Amino acid sequence: MSKIDIHQMDAAFKSALTDLLYQLADDDFILAYRGSEWLGLAPHIEEDVAFSSISQDTMGHASMFYQLLEDLGEGKVDDLAHSRKAKDRRNAILLEMVNGPGHYLKKPQYDWAFAVVRNYFYVQMKKIRMDSLKNSSYEPLAQIAINVNLELYYHLLHWRTWFVQLMQAGDEARKRMDAAINRVFDDFGGVLSLGPLEDEMSKSGLIEPEEILKKKWILVMEPVFDSINVSMPTNFGMKNGNGRKGEHTEDLDTALSILSEVYHVNPAAAW
Amino acid sequence: MEQFDLTVSNIMDALQRVKDPEIDSISIVDLGMVEKVTVNDHSICIDLLPTFMGCPALEIIRNNVVNELKRLNDINTIKVQYIYHPPWTTDRVTEKGREKLKEFGIAPPPKQIPKTGEWHVDCPYCDSTYTSLENLFGPTACRSILYCKSCKNPFEAMKPVSTM
Repeated sequence: MSKIDIHQMDAAFKSALTDLLYQLADDDFILAYRGSEWLGLAPHIEEDVAFSSISQDTMGHASMFYQLLEDLGEGKVDDLAHSRKAKDRRNAILLEMVNGPGHYLKKPQYDWAFAVVRNYFYVQMKKIRMDSLKNSSYEPLAQIAINVNLELYYHLLHWRTWFVQLMQAGDEARKRMDAAINRVFDDFGGVLSLGPLEDEMSKSGLIEPEEILKKKWILVMEPVFDSINVSMPTNFGMKNGNGRKGEHTEDLDTALSILSEVYHVNPAAAW
Repeated sequence: MEQFDLTVSNIMDALQRVKDPEIDSISIVDLGMVEKVTVNDHSICIDLLPTFMGCPALEIIRNNVVNELKRLNDINTIKVQYIYHPPWTTDRVTEKGREKLKEFGIAPPPKQIPKTGEWHVDCPYCDSTYTSLENLFGPTACRSILYCKSCKNPFEAMKPVSTM
C-alpha cells in the first residue's frame, strides 16, 4: 500500500474518506452475506456455483475496503466487519433486507426475483462508482477500484443475463420481477445516496457527486429497460430510511447477530 | 568476511517452489504474482499481486513464501506484502505457466483478448476448439467450467482478466 501519512491529512478530508469507505465496505459486506444465505437454495446447481463465487468476490471487496479503514487507524479488519453495531453501519437499507420469509435452515421462502433485481441494480451502481473511484484523489482507493472493476465485469454480465431473461419469460416470472422492481426502486435512493458528507467527498475529489453518478446509472439502465419494452420507474425512494445516516431495520440486527456469532465466541482468535 | 551470496535469482528459484495451493502444478512466479523482489543486505522484501481479491489462498501463499525463503541461509527478515498496482491480469501467466495449467486440466487464459471480448477456449486434453461454456463461474474465483464436445470431457479454464 502506498505510504500516506494519515496524520498530515486534513480533518474534513479524512472524515469524508472514512465515511465513503464505510459505505463501500458495509454495502459489499452485507450483500455478500445475503448472497451466502442462498447457498444450496439457488434455482439450479450451476447458479449455486456462480452466486457463491460472486458472493466470495464481493466479500473480498468488502475486506479490501475494511483494510483501507484499518490503514487509516479505524481498527482491525475482522473487528470492523464483525463487532460494529447496526447504528454504526453505513450500508444502504436495500442491501440488508432478508432474502424472503423463513430462515435459510428452516422453511426458506426466498424470492429469486428480488435477488436478481437487487443484485443487478446494485452491481451496476457499484460499477459506476468504481469507474469514478479509479480517478479518486485518494490513491490507495483508486488502486483498489481498478482491481474490483476487473471482477465486476463478470458479476454484471451474470445479473444482466438473469434480469433480461426473466423479464422476457412472461407469466409468473414476469409478475414476480415487476413486484421486485417496485420493491427495489422504493429503496434504491438509499443505494445512490452518498450520505451527509457527500459535498465534502465530491469537493475533495474522492468521488463524483451523487447526482452525476445517478445520471450515469439511468443512462446505462434505460436502454436495458427499452430493450424489453418496459418503462423504467423514476422514483428512487428511501422508504425504509437512509442507511448512510445509520438508520437500519431489524433485518440488519438479526443478520449481524447470526454472522458474528462465531466471532464473539472468541474475538481474539486468528482465522 | 562476506561469504553471503543471496541474489534475486536464487530467491526467484526458491519462489518457483511455492505453488498455487489450489492448482499445485503452477508456481506463483509462473502465475505472474511476483511483482518485485528486493534484497537489502540480509533482508528480503517480496511484493506480490493478489489474483482475485476474495481468494482464500492468499494468506496460505504468503505463509508458504515465508517458509520457503527461511530455508535459504543468512536471512534476518522476510517481508511479504500484497500490492494492488499494477493489477494482476491473466496475460501475466508465463509460457511455462500455461503448460502447467494444461497439465492440471485447466485451459490457460487467452494470450490476448480480442476487442469484441469474445473468449475462445481450446480443450486442455485434446486441443479441440469444439467446446462450450457451461458456467462462467467455477470451483474457485479464477476458474470457469467448460465442456469439450470432441473428447466429451468436462474441463476448467482460467477466466480471462484484463484491464481493457
